[in-house]
Amino acid sequence: MSEIHSDPPAGAAPAPEKAYSVRAEKLGLFLRNPMGMFGLILVIMFFVSAIFAPVFATHDPLALDIPARMAGPSADHWAGTDQLGRDTYSRVLYGGRVALKVAMIGVSVALITGLVLGMLAGFGPRWLDNFLLLVFDTIRSFPTVVLALAAVALLGPSMELVLAIVIVTTIPGYARLARTSTLALKNTEFILAERSLGASTARILFVHIMPNVIGPMLILAAMDVPVVVTIEAGLSFLGLGVQPPTASWGTILNEGYLIIRDTPWMVIAGGIPLVLTTLGFTFLGEALRDVFDPKLRRGQ
Amino acid sequence: MLWYLMKRLCLSVIIIVMAVGALFIMLHSIPGDPVSIALGPRATPEVQAAYAAKMHLDKPIYYQFFIFLGDVAQGDLGVDVFSNRPVALTLGEQLPYTIALAVAALGWAIAIGIPLGCLSAIWPNSWIDRVTGILSVGTIALPSFLVSIWSILLFSITLRWMPVIGAGDEGDIVDQLYHLVLPAFAVGLGWVGYLARMVRASMLEVMGENYIRSARAFGLPPARIVFRYALPVAVLPTITLIGVGFGGLLSGTVFAEIIFSRPGVGRIIYDMVLARNFPVVQGAVLVTIALYVVVTLIADLLVSWLDPRVRDTF
Repeated sequence: MSEIHSDPPAGAAPAPEKAYSVRAEKLGLFLRNPMGMFGLILVIMFFVSAIFAPVFATHDPLALDIPARMAGPSADHWAGTDQLGRDTYSRVLYGGRVALKVAMIGVSVALITGLVLGMLAGFGPRWLDNFLLLVFDTIRSFPTVVLALAAVALLGPSMELVLAIVIVTTIPGYARLARTSTLALKNTEFILAERSLGASTARILFVHIMPNVIGPMLILAAMDVPVVVTIEAGLSFLGLGVQPPTASWGTILNEGYLIIRDTPWMVIAGGIPLVLTTLGFTFLGEALRDVFDPKLRRGQ
Repeated sequence: MLWYLMKRLCLSVIIIVMAVGALFIMLHSIPGDPVSIALGPRATPEVQAAYAAKMHLDKPIYYQFFIFLGDVAQGDLGVDVFSNRPVALTLGEQLPYTIALAVAALGWAIAIGIPLGCLSAIWPNSWIDRVTGILSVGTIALPSFLVSIWSILLFSITLRWMPVIGAGDEGDIVDQLYHLVLPAFAVGLGWVGYLARMVRASMLEVMGENYIRSARAFGLPPARIVFRYALPVAVLPTITLIGVGFGGLLSGTVFAEIIFSRPGVGRIIYDMVLARNFPVVQGAVLVTIALYVVVTLIADLLVSWLDPRVRDTF
């Protein structure tokens, strides 16, 4: 794996009046990337549809209509109805809110924890580094679903548990990235200078190292959203995550799978937003990475 | 080489012990008392006491942990709470199904993904490169459990080409392979794109090396350059990635086993979690982790055997 690091600000930094044009050039590069724009549109759609779900929904996602159960798409029910006659289109919209919540909380907590642990591993003493690496390797040795199954066996299914699993399994990725970047920066001259001026470790880590580490990590976060959304949907599909009657893409797929011989519409309607969201964040993350940090390309 | 092997083996053992420890602590930190969870609320005090003594639950937790480690080292994974069968026996029956699925999925992904990656690296920006690029991002973004559901919908229910559930009749190899097609397709699809991208990236790098340019200058046939000199080097990082990604592959097999109602370790874990049969869950999770650790170990050893540079940097 290649060493990943951003340019240190000292020495390599462009002159101030040039900095603006570099930024504008990168923005231009991004705007001219069709895949990136496509991804951005999908991501915006995901945010808007989840946040404004009550506005776009045509029905109450929990309202039953037994006579109209398992119907195909119609003018009234755009994506058909489920086994209890609930409107699938509205349920899919509300399911997006669950996905958004898990993605936002999960990714941000994992990012911050991973950042701190990774910087400590990279900057701290050798034994701490070795210990943390061992812990990360151990976490990685549990396949996510198996870890989730074991955890659910003990604690019972809940959304909080899904969040905890998402956070625990994605921390090593962030921490490893932060560690490699920190190691690369550790012995650079500007850090050495700061240290000889008597700066505390906390100051060096958070004021000087963090700004250089955070960029690639934000890109990794964008690319991690699909992973997190998929874990939530997958666990809810197995009945181990969000519990009925709450709508989630996973529970819709689960209920649709049980009646797949009667109506194909639920597994189609429940799957499409999942695919669009993962595609959107993947395209967006790749475009951001190509523009801002071509070096990261090999690392992942 | 021997030194490297020793270090790598020690690390694997430490990881397995740590993972078992974590699992053990989790299983023993369940709110409530493990005896009543295992036996249910209606067990009599005598039965509970007998069970506690049998499972060493009356001893301190570190003592239990070492007993458990000792048993595991002897191949004893405990006993099924319900059927009283040794867990190792049950897992021994289920493991071949999981391994067959994982190998089949990985096999077709390697057979398609690596050539695709090679072709798009040989002709960058050609139509085949573009198609591969879009295809690989697309397949990576498709969750494997969704591929499973949608392929059942398309191939089994709508087109009726493929069987829906089960692993086929025992002893009938053709039928078993027939039942393996859809699950292997679903589990492996994401890997096709993943491998194609990885091979493309490392091939592009290798093709820019001086020794490849020299080979060209000597007038070697292009096919010989690619397959004899470039590919063996370019494929090294991919081997490591297959090892590291094997955990994800196992997650995929868990979903496929549940959705296609196939026997296998993942399905056993799922069923036994729902049945709260903890000794089986514990044993099966342990076997899964061991499988993962062994595969990464094999991948690392393979790379270090093929690439002497790795041995020195470890």
